[in-house]
Amino acid sequence: MKRTLFDKVWDAHVVDSIKNGPQVLYIDKHLIHEVTSPQAFNELEKRKIPIFRPNQIVATADHNTPTQNQHLPIKDELSRKQLKQLSQNCKKNNITLYELGHEYNGIVHVMAPELGITQPGMTIVCGDSHTSTHGAFGSIAFGIGTSQVAQVFASQCLLLKKPKSLRVSVNGTLKNNVLPKDVILYIISKIGTNAGTGYFCEYAGDVFENMSMEGRMTICNMSIEMGARGGMIAPDQTTFNYVKGKEFAPKGREFENKITYWKTLPTDVGAVFDKEYTFDAKDIDPMVTYGTNPGMGVKISENIPELNDDSFEKSLKYMNFKKGESLINKPINFVFIGSCTNSRIEDFRVAANYIKGKQKANNVTAWLVPGSKKVEAQIIKEGLKDIFDDAGFELRQPGCSACLAMNDDKIPQGEYCVSTSNRNFEGRQGQGSRTILASPLVAAATAIEGRIIDITKQLN
Amino acid sequence: MEKFTTLYSKAIPLAIENIDTDQIIPARFLKATNRKGFGDNLFRDWRFNKDGVKNPHFTLNDPKYSGSILVAGDNFGCGSSREHAAWALSDYGLKVIVSSFFADIFKGNALNNGLLPVQVSTEFLKTLLSEITKNPETQLIVNLENQTITVAGTPYSTSFEIDAYKKTCLINGYDDIDYLLSKKNAIKAFESAKAY
Ligand code: SF4
Repeated sequence: MKRTLFDKVWDAHVVDSIKNGPQVLYIDKHLIHEVTSPQAFNELEKRKIPIFRPNQIVATADHNTPTQNQHLPIKDELSRKQLKQLSQNCKKNNITLYELGHEYNGIVHVMAPELGITQPGMTIVCGDSHTSTHGAFGSIAFGIGTSQVAQVFASQCLLLKKPKSLRVSVNGTLKNNVLPKDVILYIISKIGTNAGTGYFCEYAGDVFENMSMEGRMTICNMSIEMGARGGMIAPDQTTFNYVKGKEFAPKGREFENKITYWKTLPTDVGAVFDKEYTFDAKDIDPMVTYGTNPGMGVKISENIPELNDDSFEKSLKYMNFKKGESLINKPINFVFIGSCTNSRIEDFRVAANYIKGKQKANNVTAWLVPGSKKVEAQIIKEGLKDIFDDAGFELRQPGCSACLAMNDDKIPQGEYCVSTSNRNFEGRQGQGSRTILASPLVAAATAIEGRIIDITKQLN
Repeated sequence: MEKFTTLYSKAIPLAIENIDTDQIIPARFLKATNRKGFGDNLFRDWRFNKDGVKNPHFTLNDPKYSGSILVAGDNFGCGSSREHAAWALSDYGLKVIVSSFFADIFKGNALNNGLLPVQVSTEFLKTLLSEITKNPETQLIVNLENQTITVAGTPYSTSFEIDAYKKTCLINGYDDIDYLLSKKNAIKAFESAKAY
């Protein structure tokens, strides 16, 4: 039987199958954070169940952390309590925690790959839907609910039904200034936000083969926005080079053996998927969203479509946009470059490269929030911080920040924010805020101009 | 977990599509470290105006409607994996959510908390919504054993799918942890034989 990458990794992790029911799937790595773990720890404590494999769990604090003055005690009492509880829970259960201020601290989906915790062929879960990010390495990685966090605590396994398989292929060469973020926004705008529900997605084709690991992570990160539980890309030399030498990556002989195994993982030629989509790289342009779900996206030079549909109209009303209008020249007061989609060093390099020698528009508040302490250090080391400072951008400390606005980084009521994050839901970035999703390049250009511009025209 | 068998209840209509978990429970309310109390902030930004006053136009504030069944538009529960969404719905007193489509993670979270997601066809959803809005006193019958949902006193009835294992769990009120713990030996054997 010809098997897919997904089949191979999944099948290798099945402990047992219930007749006419789910399978028991073994989990290699369990990542946890402060928001979705406390109730799971409580549950186990209440039932007097010990944590089964504490050394396969890694914790970080990211969702609820401040991005300024991280060395000071946290002002918000509830946030402080939540972080304290995470520290206590980890300590009590011998779980490694990279807490606020630790040199490895960062957004869970940024820090784990950069430390080599994420490796090909693994099963990885976290109580966070964007766990799909780690699929960029050819691992099966997906978000789980808190009850499932408790299940993994108790047994290092989950009860799951094997999802169906979906393949999205993009072939050809991307135009200049079209970034991975544009590719995934384009795909979602074409297939919709629930095309992937019930499926696990594989991204294939030369566009992904030629992409860096960081770009692949941006792609897989947003798999959940098309409804898929996760997305994956076959491991190849790019993957091996990235993993090699990372803190927790296998070393020496062991690494060589792993590579031999990882090379067996890519989908067999002729394997059949339950559903397939194919796109052409040359059709993709820089993208922006105009609505309140990530599927409501257009090429930056295109107008908002004219549909007669209640939820479409409700969405435009929230955004205060009109059918058929263009987003070009819309004044924008807030720009956010960050989140587990686009807060890695390459994202900041792209932004800095554009910003260098320019000045942020006066009306704009521009927040740059690195995904991790390591990214932050790299930004400083490469001199990007100086470029940002000179241009009037505000480089903050790592965390989820305005991606979900759980801390103080909130976009005010009614304001637009061009954001490199992954969700433009109503109020996602603060009550009444209006989010326009875009690439770091489009975000940087918006900050300079104070309005949305046709970046393709400007750069060509 | 509470056992679930058959539920007779009035229903609350919420004919909005793509309701994401950020709407069900906004992130700023996720700071609590236990499972209780989230019902107060269910659909917070739709239920209350900015000044904290109840929005009279929102269905949960409409005195006409009550019950422990929510009938919602297509693609319910998309977005964030926060289980707080299922807790908020349960804590508010809901036992069944009906929609023509549920996001994967939400569906799993709901089932793990004894909240039953009932997926029906688009046509049946329309029928339900129109019956409830025509007569808010309409009773629905959700029978888990037979996997049916019926508008009481009418011929409108349809069956729904549920995973056989999950159904047994709900009917008996036990959860996945119990099952997984019973598999400890197999799990240990798997670990020592791991081929990858
Ligand atoms: S950056 Fe945003 S999407 Fe990513 S883990 Fe944090 S809150 Fe979730």
